[in-house]
Amino acid sequence: MDKFEKLTGIAAPMPLVNIDTDMLIPKQFLKTIKRSGLGVNLFDEMRYNQDGTEKPDFVLNQPQYRDTEILVAGDNFGCGSSREHAPWALKDFGIRAIISTSFADIFYNNCFKNGLLPIALPAEAVEVLMKDAEKGSNARMTVDLEAQTVTTSDGESFSFEIDSFKKHCLLNGLDDIGLSMEKAPAIDTYEAQAAQARPWV
Amino acid sequence: MSPKTLYDKIWDAHVVHEDDDGTCLLYIDRHLVHEVTSPQAFEGLRMTGRKVRAPERTIAVPDHNVPTTADRVDGIDNEESRIQVEALDKNVREFGLMNYYEMNDIRQGIVHIVGPEQGWTLPGMTVVCGDSHTATHGAFGSLAHGIGTSEVEHVLATQTLIQKKSKNMKVEITGKLAPGVTAKDITLSVIGETGTAGGTGYVIEYCGEAIRALSMEGRMTVCNMAIEGGARAGLIAPDETTFAYVKGRPHAPKGAQWEAALAWWKTLYSDDDAAWDKVITIRGEDIAPVVTWGTSPEDVLPITGKVPAASDFTGGKVGAAERSLDYMGLTPGTPLAEIPIDAVFIGSCTNGRIEDLRAAAEILRGKRVKDGVRAMIVPGSGLVRAQAEEEGLADVFKEAGFEWRLAGCSMCLAMNPDQLAPGERCAATSNRNFEGRQGRGGRTHLMSPAMAAAAAVTGRLTDVREMMGEMA
Repeated sequence: MDKFEKLTGIAAPMPLVNIDTDMLIPKQFLKTIKRSGLGVNLFDEMRYNQDGTEKPDFVLNQPQYRDTEILVAGDNFGCGSSREHAPWALKDFGIRAIISTSFADIFYNNCFKNGLLPIALPAEAVEVLMKDAEKGSNARMTVDLEAQTVTTSDGESFSFEIDSFKKHCLLNGLDDIGLSMEKAPAIDTYEAQAAQARPWV
Repeated sequence: MSPKTLYDKIWDAHVVHEDDDGTCLLYIDRHLVHEVTSPQAFEGLRMTGRKVRAPERTIAVPDHNVPTTADRVDGIDNEESRIQVEALDKNVREFGLMNYYEMNDIRQGIVHIVGPEQGWTLPGMTVVCGDSHTATHGAFGSLAHGIGTSEVEHVLATQTLIQKKSKNMKVEITGKLAPGVTAKDITLSVIGETGTAGGTGYVIEYCGEAIRALSMEGRMTVCNMAIEGGARAGLIAPDETTFAYVKGRPHAPKGAQWEAALAWWKTLYSDDDAAWDKVITIRGEDIAPVVTWGTSPEDVLPITGKVPAASDFTGGKVGAAERSLDYMGLTPGTPLAEIPIDAVFIGSCTNGRIEDLRAAAEILRGKRVKDGVRAMIVPGSGLVRAQAEEEGLADVFKEAGFEWRLAGCSMCLAMNPDQLAPGERCAATSNRNFEGRQGRGGRTHLMSPAMAAAAAVTGRLTDVREMMGEMA
């Protein structure tokens, strides 16, 4: 898995609340059997007209946001379907961090498996960051995972909380399947005990 | 011993390892797999030379992509869909999965309907699937939730998940439901109350007299949409209704094992003095038949209500409501019961079970679908379909002018040929009214099967109670 340490880049404002994973990547793109190549279809129905031409109003189609690496979004980002195609599409587009007041549980977990950092901050902080993102490509925001801070282009800094295990895995790009497989003896023991206690399972 | 919630009890019985920071390795009793979220997980195993640790605990069924027309026995026309279903066939064989219901097996259906139907889902289990509606299985008092594809790979390789414990939320529905009010109205009303993020960070236990009175089918409808309220999972403590449903199913325990299982299952309830992080109480009598008006499952109103205005909301919801009203093509102030519809979809893991079909048939008996309305009923599994045919429900649907389909996810998410056209408005028994969910530009109103059937007859969103009056 890709590491995430520190990132300074363009942040795009998406103040819409309840951005769901169907918006992030509509169902017709879930027919792939690969993880790659989904960036072009990120936000497909918001981003393109029916004939495939771009909608110029959509934030990521605007010249100053084409190289966005950070999204600042409304409440409850990533709700709905469990599709990991959503973080795959974000990452393939080039987005590495998402900032919101809250994230849906499954989406939040999926991000960490793919080197993406979802950052939950209080509404007042997200408001300041949203304003900073609205400044366009001359304003670069900085996300520092080690320090657990987001800093605006003006130098205003906000600290965020993150689970220590998730932080450790992301900073080091660790494969958590490998980590869990090292616990195989504990899994063996559990299975033997469970077979005694609940043999019908 | 300190008092525990049902969630605490199931959690404690499945912890394999706990780190100092509370990160746990949780054992998974049942892993359900479908064709959309698994190919990359199997590919990951292949690339790292890993095996499936517990093929006997893994249950696979194609559902999202499968066409629901009779010609599917000849294969799937859409190339991408066919490749995805074939990839599942291949992965099942290559990794030695032992429980597979292929597309043309009569037991095939939506994974969340097949699991309980075959007795794979039992009280006190941990159940996961690369699908958010795994919450359905919580109706049995099993801890069940959706996971991403990387986690699917993790479970395939280790039969465990890395988890931190959620908080406990109690949602109590007191008293009795009024006539015409169903499990779907309960679950939508709860989301209307909490919002789609109200459950984030929690596992919900639904309880109270109105929940106890529900059949297993109704309980599955309630738990199915726990995810739409943002909760990791929804739970209902098992009781005699649960045990009666489970008994005799192909993979349910038998004989002495049944007795042993039953003894443990009867301990699976929240202790009286258990601690809750959040409690919500709703009077069953206050719940009306509801529909959604917008593009979030929290946009719920009684059918007697009117389309709201964006100015009725505050904060970020103002912009979202404006966008929803525009997408849905609705004018504030319009009575909901005057909104005309173009299509009706009855089915999905939310409402594709036999009881749902019975409720729809009761409304449709001797009636006709309104001219110009396209209506389809998609049973949740081949066995539900067979039972509906045996009970004569299929004849009712066909005589009313409904298309009677084969089992699959169908128009709930339109990954198959069943889709809405842009601007088409649908009365749907599924779970998500998101933009584009049922087809690009499609407009979805969520409701119960009886309400959807009533809408099919009148050609507009309809208060089912008016039609029940006719029947009485």
